[in-house]
Amino acid sequence: MKLIYEQSVPGRRGVQLPACDVPEATPLPAALCRAEAATLPEMSELDVVRHFTRLSRRNFSVDTNFYPLGSCTMKYNSKGLEAAAGLMAPYHPMIPLLPGGEALAQGCLGMLHGLGTALAEITGMDEVTTQPLAGAHGEMTGMLLVAAYHRAKGNKKKYVIVPDSSHGTNPASAAMVGYEIITIPTAPYGDMDMEAFKAALSSETAAVMMTCPNTLGLFNPHVKEICDLAHGVDALVYYDGANLNAIMGKVRPGDVGFDVIHVNLHKTFGTPHGSGGPGSGPVGVKKALVPFLPSPRIVKKDDGSFAIDRDNPRSIGRTANFFGNFGVMAKAYAYILQQGKEGLIRVSEQAVLNANYIMSRLKAYYDLPYDQTCMHECVFSASRQLQHDVHAIDIAKYLIDQGYHPPTVYFPLIVKEAIMIEPTETESKATMDSFIEVMIEAAKLAETNPEVLKEAPVTMPISRLDETKAAREQKVCCIG
Amino acid sequence: MSYCPNTPAEQEEMLAAIGVKSIDDLFAPIPPHLRARSFDLPPGMSEFEMLAKMTALAGANAQGLTCFVGGGAYDHLIPTAVDHLANRAEFYTAYTPYQPECSQGTLQALFEYQTAICRLTGMEVSNASLYDGGTALAEAAIMSLRVTGRSRLIVDGCVNPFHRQVLATYLEDIDVEIVTVAPKDATSDRAALLAALDDRSAALILQTPNFFGTVEDLTELSAAAHARGALVVASTYPVALGMLATPAAMGADIAVGDGQSLGNPLSFGGPAFGYIATVKKYIRNLPGRIIGETVDRQGRRGYVLTLQAREQHIKRHKATSNICSNQSLCALRGLIFLSLLGKEGLAEMARLNRNKAEYAKGVLARIPGVSVVGSGPTFNEFVISLPRTAGPVVEKLLARGVAAGVPLGEYYPGMENCLVVTVTEKRSRDEIELLARELEVAL
Repeated sequence: MKLIYEQSVPGRRGVQLPACDVPEATPLPAALCRAEAATLPEMSELDVVRHFTRLSRRNFSVDTNFYPLGSCTMKYNSKGLEAAAGLMAPYHPMIPLLPGGEALAQGCLGMLHGLGTALAEITGMDEVTTQPLAGAHGEMTGMLLVAAYHRAKGNKKKYVIVPDSSHGTNPASAAMVGYEIITIPTAPYGDMDMEAFKAALSSETAAVMMTCPNTLGLFNPHVKEICDLAHGVDALVYYDGANLNAIMGKVRPGDVGFDVIHVNLHKTFGTPHGSGGPGSGPVGVKKALVPFLPSPRIVKKDDGSFAIDRDNPRSIGRTANFFGNFGVMAKAYAYILQQGKEGLIRVSEQAVLNANYIMSRLKAYYDLPYDQTCMHECVFSASRQLQHDVHAIDIAKYLIDQGYHPPTVYFPLIVKEAIMIEPTETESKATMDSFIEVMIEAAKLAETNPEVLKEAPVTMPISRLDETKAAREQKVCCIG
Repeated sequence: MSYCPNTPAEQEEMLAAIGVKSIDDLFAPIPPHLRARSFDLPPGMSEFEMLAKMTALAGANAQGLTCFVGGGAYDHLIPTAVDHLANRAEFYTAYTPYQPECSQGTLQALFEYQTAICRLTGMEVSNASLYDGGTALAEAAIMSLRVTGRSRLIVDGCVNPFHRQVLATYLEDIDVEIVTVAPKDATSDRAALLAALDDRSAALILQTPNFFGTVEDLTELSAAAHARGALVVASTYPVALGMLATPAAMGADIAVGDGQSLGNPLSFGGPAFGYIATVKKYIRNLPGRIIGETVDRQGRRGYVLTLQAREQHIKRHKATSNICSNQSLCALRGLIFLSLLGKEGLAEMARLNRNKAEYAKGVLARIPGVSVVGSGPTFNEFVISLPRTAGPVVEKLLARGVAAGVPLGEYYPGMENCLVVTVTEKRSRDEIELLARELEVAL
């Protein structure tokens, strides 16, 4: 398909701007002006509409295809949430920061405060900041809070402990805050190896980062012991909320002993993933960390009105331009309102039921390295298919031909040829049954006709792409 | 309403297939002592009830303010087609294009986005977006530390104070010295910036138009920074690039900025996107996702995520950044916006902004006691000085439905009488004259 730049026709215009109702200004000195106009596309509105409509049809999406991408919680994004966020779209973020401006933004401030309060109750934390702009941004904010806590106490801390099953963002976020990383192997039973953990824990441990249930979809029953051991050396425990969709109403990280958490509103709380973003990663903390939360903070005053507190001398400071990805948060707030207490519990129960159903139906056909009741996702290995030279990626590409977005493959890194399936609670048994049949078909083809898998996909506008060429040539834009 | 479709009968069938009696059995791996102690939330509601509640919340905001406020978020027009196209479910309910064969729509669009950013900034390579302008500035600073192996940053005090605060937060726990050079007369203090540069400096961090709206020529400063072996990070306002010299032409090594002005609603400050672009030799130091062109097995052109060995899911703690989710949909909005406006349209929009701002400058400067601060040229923002503290005056106008500008005293001690006024293409001559009348009365 042609690039938009290749469809450009000199002199064509798409949008008419308002007429200029003031005199023409004296031009700026030439040295300050660009030598020539940026070579943007020159197209009619219809050209642009048709181009992006055609592009959109080259995507799989939740609305068009089952999307069981493990670790990403690709649940249905209900349409009312979009309408709810639209109601809140036109407000300028500087207004409440102007003198007398707080009173004019009570809706926006109230929404942010309400969301923070609800997330604190859902996770068992004392206070929540809504500033972080995505999950990884929340992790980094969390690590900055950890560092601020230790600095205030005069603690000399150097290390952050992560299990080898963790998301890559965990060690990357801790490293951005200057910590060294200690990686703990996973024991045969699927949880962090406790003996290795105890050996690594020291007075120089700043924090332990855990995902619970972990990326194998397993709930670690020793998680409280890990928190207690960490607290014994004044290390803080971080909860990566990527998998919160499994445990709402069942477990609250704050009750277990976690000190800092982030939640991914674009996973658990029904906001769309937007082809890779925007997300939103609010961070919750226990009381001891509240003074360090990002500034400004949104507070509720005694008279019930909402205010912006900019006087936070111990705060880690500002982590984003304004108050976070407000539009995403409006959707998440609407989601929580609609679900309510019973709805959120039902979400987690049905997510876990769906994942266990797929796991139980496929385990005769694919190796299951950690064969136990899973939470919201299950991780298979294509090691059996590898005997026929069929890799996880081949199965993934075959699924595309059958109209399914593939599961996450090759993650977590600790499972050879990993296939990580997260159906989410919004998928019906009928959809999952069809998917299961295709997965079984793929397993059979691996034995009988592996070429079909290795050639896949053949039904898409393009076949498998040469990634080596892309990395070697580094053509990342079209020179105008 | 929980959007869970399976009926009790279907759930029974599924439980039987699993070999358990109840859903509770599936939660057996969680020991009783770890169970939630509370879960005190209100009951759920229908979509209709939810929308009524959200409408009531939105109604608690002031409606219909006439907006002359910028401060890093800008009230620009957004063609209807932007919403229409970006709201296509195939874009907004998809995820990161890890599987390129079924994600060519997103991949090609982001390749086109990267191209648009390169063409706007004059740079050679762009990533597929960062979170916002502040975090993009911080990522650029970290990138300069990595490229140069140095640990000192010279930051112009004319850079948006919020963006500078984000930068400081990001670097709080790293051994880096940040030297901030205070502005002089709403303009960069060039002599002080030159004096601060030394052989330990990793980057000179500048912004044009700066926070006061002044258009700065960065050429001379860039040359001085390069002579010291430092990189130049230039933050720019993309609508202004419809008119102004590109960061590349002025010698910048890394161009960053906030993309909200390109087709993203104000939305109380987010989501929008940050952009980052640089020269080809630093591509492996860029943070975040990058889309590259390649071919498929039949030799057909296609697009993939490339150079992923920089990223956290491969490199973990040695990655160039921790960023994973970015702001793809907002970047897509930026691309659609730029495509609809096109080459002539963006230039015309930039001219409209400057014309309106210059007109407003003239009208406001005629009010007794009001003067324009700084002699440098401006784009669509400028600073005026009032005969008394700006805060209470702004408050008075706000109560009358006019958001007159951002008082500067909070961010620049000594400038308590000043405010920065922003005039976009959306402000009519009548609204500008209303501002002038209201201001004159308030004084």
